[in-house]
Amino acid sequence: MEEQKLYTILVYSENIAGVLNQITAVFTRRQVNIESLNVCASSTPGVHKYTITCYCTEEMVKMLKKQIEKRIDVLQARYYTDEDIFMLESSLLKISAPAVMENSEVCRIVRHHGARIVEVNPTYAAVEKTGTTEDILSLYEALNHLGVVRQFARSGRICITRGTREQLDDYLAEREKEKNG
Amino acid sequence: MNSKITGSEALMLALQAEGVKTIFGYPGGSIMPVYDALYDYTRGEKKAFDHILVRHEQGATHAAEGYARVSGEVGVALVTSGPGATNTLTGVADAMLDSTPIVVIAGQVPISALGTDFFQEVDLVGVAQPISKWSYQIRHAEDIAWAVSRAFYIARSGRPGPVVLDFPKNAQTELVDFKPEKVDFVRSYVPYPKLEMDAVQAAADLINRAQKPLALVGQGVELGHAQDELVAFLEKADIPAGRTMLGLSALPSTHPLNVGMLGMHGNYAVNLKEQECDVLIAIGMRFSDRVTGSLKTYAKQAKVIHLDIDKSEINKNVRAHVAVVADCKESLPALTALVNKGDHSAWRESFKPLDAQERAKVIEPAIHPTEGPLLMGEVVNVVAEATQGDAVLVTDVGQNQLFATRYFKYPKRRSICTSGGLGTMGYGMPAAIGATFGAPDRTVCCFMGDGGFQMCIEELGTIMEQQAPVKMILMNNNYLGNVRQWQDMFWKRRKSFTRMMNPCYELIAKGYGIPYEAVTDREELAAAVGRMLEAKGPYILECAIMEEDNVLPMTPPGMNLDDMMLEIQV
Repeated sequence: MEEQKLYTILVYSENIAGVLNQITAVFTRRQVNIESLNVCASSTPGVHKYTITCYCTEEMVKMLKKQIEKRIDVLQARYYTDEDIFMLESSLLKISAPAVMENSEVCRIVRHHGARIVEVNPTYAAVEKTGTTEDILSLYEALNHLGVVRQFARSGRICITRGTREQLDDYLAEREKEKNG
Repeated sequence: MNSKITGSEALMLALQAEGVKTIFGYPGGSIMPVYDALYDYTRGEKKAFDHILVRHEQGATHAAEGYARVSGEVGVALVTSGPGATNTLTGVADAMLDSTPIVVIAGQVPISALGTDFFQEVDLVGVAQPISKWSYQIRHAEDIAWAVSRAFYIARSGRPGPVVLDFPKNAQTELVDFKPEKVDFVRSYVPYPKLEMDAVQAAADLINRAQKPLALVGQGVELGHAQDELVAFLEKADIPAGRTMLGLSALPSTHPLNVGMLGMHGNYAVNLKEQECDVLIAIGMRFSDRVTGSLKTYAKQAKVIHLDIDKSEINKNVRAHVAVVADCKESLPALTALVNKGDHSAWRESFKPLDAQERAKVIEPAIHPTEGPLLMGEVVNVVAEATQGDAVLVTDVGQNQLFATRYFKYPKRRSICTSGGLGTMGYGMPAAIGATFGAPDRTVCCFMGDGGFQMCIEELGTIMEQQAPVKMILMNNNYLGNVRQWQDMFWKRRKSFTRMMNPCYELIAKGYGIPYEAVTDREELAAAVGRMLEAKGPYILECAIMEEDNVLPMTPPGMNLDDMMLEIQV
């Protein structure tokens, strides 16, 4: 059995209704769970960017890539391992304000993890932490151990690639040439 | 200066601009404005289309498929929202698996009512997306020109497939300044990948070193109009070729390099030779499980060259040593130029003893029996001989399909309509209707079992009304024969609900005013077939078939091709 790894798949699509549905259906049909998903406009006007992470074999991620690219409105799908990308996630924690006042350990943990307190009022403090999944979970577990976390929210992963070539730009330039040629 | 027209009339003009001539459809509440416009465009000075009123929307999609398969044009189905739309889904899924270009246009409730569980509202785009090449909702009349042209471009280009257009009622009635558009470029869609000459060279090198090359020909060759290019390639390199069920007419069955049909019930020699060849050249085929049997043991000894227009097929089921991703109309001539003139006569000769075994054990007893009730194989054989291979073969699904595809002859292109991927019972009759409109000059013979005949039996109404000249050969064995065969072979002969009580088909034929004849005796078969073919218009020939005949040879599901059986040993 081939080894399962965490892959990050970057998908670019035209901004047409229903593309996300089509992309997630590719995973569902092949029984691969999506670990995290982030969708937003990309730096290219009219192009949407999807950052998807999942655990699977390389053979499977190759197939996912091809099946996603087969959808008409998808421009490009690429997959990466963690070494190929700069990535981060964001998180917010809501902490009971009296707990912050009464327990100096809370502030120490926040500082130690490089997190920021972004708002404080008489009832709660909002803590923001950006980093890897492990960084964020480590902060959460430390605070949760003290029993002070009221809410915890984590974003999906976002990333940029380490390569020197911008593959989407190359693709779009190539297609533009083909359109005019 | 154009005066404004309704979205419905804009649809008529957009379909005309795409060259549509025939529409298979069924009206209903949410598509009424379009049908009102269609009234003018099917008669008088504006006449642009023939509209064929089917009896069920599933029939419209299969008819569109049959039309597309024989004509090479895009088939069109027009239906209403809700149940009209969901009734097309089987046809859409069928067209997706078999790469058949159709466009389904369905009415939809007005966009102001979407999401309110309005009468006959269903999220068609949502349910159609995973089973179609493209699905799109035309929310306003100004999108019609773009969306319709894009739909046809996507349906017919590259690897063809079904496109679904969901057309809300407000867009049908809105006024628009219509200007036709011609979409022939979609930035995110590359229908014809660029041929990589390195891959062609690598393929040629493998072929030039091969001692025992074998080609597997699929429907891609026919879809790519590359039948001549295929023959040129095979003849130069002297390579024997098997055809998939959908690719049966991509290489004339009369060609000396044709070595038969691939697959679970295909020919014996070519199946065993897939396990012996040193280079396997797959051309426009997708290594369906019905072709490969167990992938663990499939053609492990061979270097595999895969020519396909769809890169997602490469390494999907069978690992390719060399992949040539391009239209075979382009890749085959490039490959032909690089391969040496071959002589593989000894290798080709080695098929013959196996062919002889199959002929003696399976084919002769199937097509020339001397006693007992009629067999499906002999009925197909008599029709094939009487039509001299000139006819289009349409089949339903099951034993009728397996016998018909095995024993029919295919000297001409675009001669087969069958549901290969989805295996849709009920496909045959409506697909045959479509084929009579797609190839009006050809005889259309439709083989069906008693199960499939009844699954879209309502289309007899369409055949009656259109006098569509479908030659229906109903091979009645009072069983769902293929499932019954599996029950006998793999389920301890427990015939769970496969025996079927049949109606009097003569009375049914009479009700529709369709000429009917029944055959029970071998001696009467040829004359009865002759009468069917001579008759103008539709005809039902009911053949009383031996109840428990089995299709052979057979590779049991999931087994190795080496284990293909010429006889059943239970």
